[in-house]
Amino acid sequence: MRVAVHYLPIVLIVIVWEAVSRFGIVPTRSLPSLTSVVNAWIELVASGEMLANAAASIWRGGAGLAIAILVGASLGIAMAWWRPLRMLVNPMVEALYPLPKSALIPVTALWLGFGDASKILLIFLACMLPVTLGAFNGARGCEHVMVWSARALGAGRLRVLWDVVVPSALPELLNGIRTALALSFILLVSSELIASRNGLGYLIGSLGEAGVYDAMFAAVLTVAFLGFISDRVFQRFSQWVLRWRA
Amino acid sequence: MIEVEGLSHTYRTPDGRAVSALDNISLTVAEREFVALLGPSGCGKSTLLYLLGGFLPIERGVIRFNSTPITGPGPDRGIVFQHFALFPWKTVRGNVLYGLEKMGLPRADREARAREFIEMVGLSAFADSYPSQLSGGMKQRAAIARTLAVDPGTLLMDEPFGALDAQTRTQMQTELLRIWRRSPKAVVFVTHDVQEAVYLAERIIVMSARPGRIKAIVDAKFDREDPQLVRTQAFRDRVDEVWALVHDNTAEAR
Repeated sequence: MRVAVHYLPIVLIVIVWEAVSRFGIVPTRSLPSLTSVVNAWIELVASGEMLANAAASIWRGGAGLAIAILVGASLGIAMAWWRPLRMLVNPMVEALYPLPKSALIPVTALWLGFGDASKILLIFLACMLPVTLGAFNGARGCEHVMVWSARALGAGRLRVLWDVVVPSALPELLNGIRTALALSFILLVSSELIASRNGLGYLIGSLGEAGVYDAMFAAVLTVAFLGFISDRVFQRFSQWVLRWRA
Repeated sequence: MIEVEGLSHTYRTPDGRAVSALDNISLTVAEREFVALLGPSGCGKSTLLYLLGGFLPIERGVIRFNSTPITGPGPDRGIVFQHFALFPWKTVRGNVLYGLEKMGLPRADREARAREFIEMVGLSAFADSYPSQLSGGMKQRAAIARTLAVDPGTLLMDEPFGALDAQTRTQMQTELLRIWRRSPKAVVFVTHDVQEAVYLAERIIVMSARPGRIKAIVDAKFDREDPQLVRTQAFRDRVDEVWALVHDNTAEAR
């Protein structure tokens, strides 16, 4: 019930959307009616086009993000623990941070072509940054008395890293991953729009060029829905991991 | 038996100035002796405790535990901090189990031992609670149980009741003495509260500030099982005497 009330504004938008296109307030070639979009979506699913392209996109995004999380979390925590590494990596992070990562789309395409590898590399490079920063800040915030306690309870230096520093870093690390998750969708779709022969981004672009606007809208809504669901699921997961917080 | 000989320690302020925190400290703590380190803030009493714990590198002098010079932290010296330093992502039980896991005890023994120590500090009903769900006094009980469970020969306490309200503090002091009587071990207890030091410790090491030096060592052997102890004249005289020593220090530091 509360969920229904919470998403009521979206229901309102859906009604307004259907109304403006049905009564011809907005021309259907700018905004196809919701019913035609739904029909186009069913057709895309029935033909298998939707699934094939969605699978390609999910694989690229998932792989890029997974590598970014593994490398970024390790790098960030290692930077907090070991000063020389921090001095080596920090300037690179500072230089890369303001770069719009979409500028790298042609670069990764040049290196690895139009297939999966270039998208995975792009998403990895872009998503690693917020994950690294989250892990780094979280690990630096680890209270030294907690490290000392673990040491006095018999944990070795490396063991403390896993037992104390990593869990202390979790809240900020998960925040960084959430940012990375959103970023991965942006880069996935834009790289597929520009330099790809399949994937949801490619589907949106090719349907738009072909003038099949109801199907294009169906693909856009699919991407929006996937982004929304993955963020919600991730939020739930974070809450569960951090259930020890007040 | 703890022996400290000619211990000096300097630390650097963020702007790079060297400040002498401890200057030529020598003292011994006998087995099963309860000693208080008392002094104004900035006298280096916590630094001395951290050096005993092996958390800071020793620059000059030597610290021996049972004739062996210490080189780092170890489960032979348990520590309790003012702000508890519990692992917030572990329950009370998980916190107490941590050190027992490091000891390599079999699972059943670990569980039994954890239960025993959680019961000892009166937290049985909260064994599955996270630290964020506990009051300050309960957190410190949990931290004490975690430290005692690995049975350290020496207990280092860094103003452990400083963050608690007055009523809880008194209660925890009585409880600490009860626990200490049950399983006596050497205790080094850092505090700036004179009454607390006289009430708990058999021997009080009064320190002066900047640089931290031992100003005086005062005996305080009382019958601590006497519930009227804090109201006796002998006790109050000792508090006044120690207070005068500390106050003098504070004036000097100014």
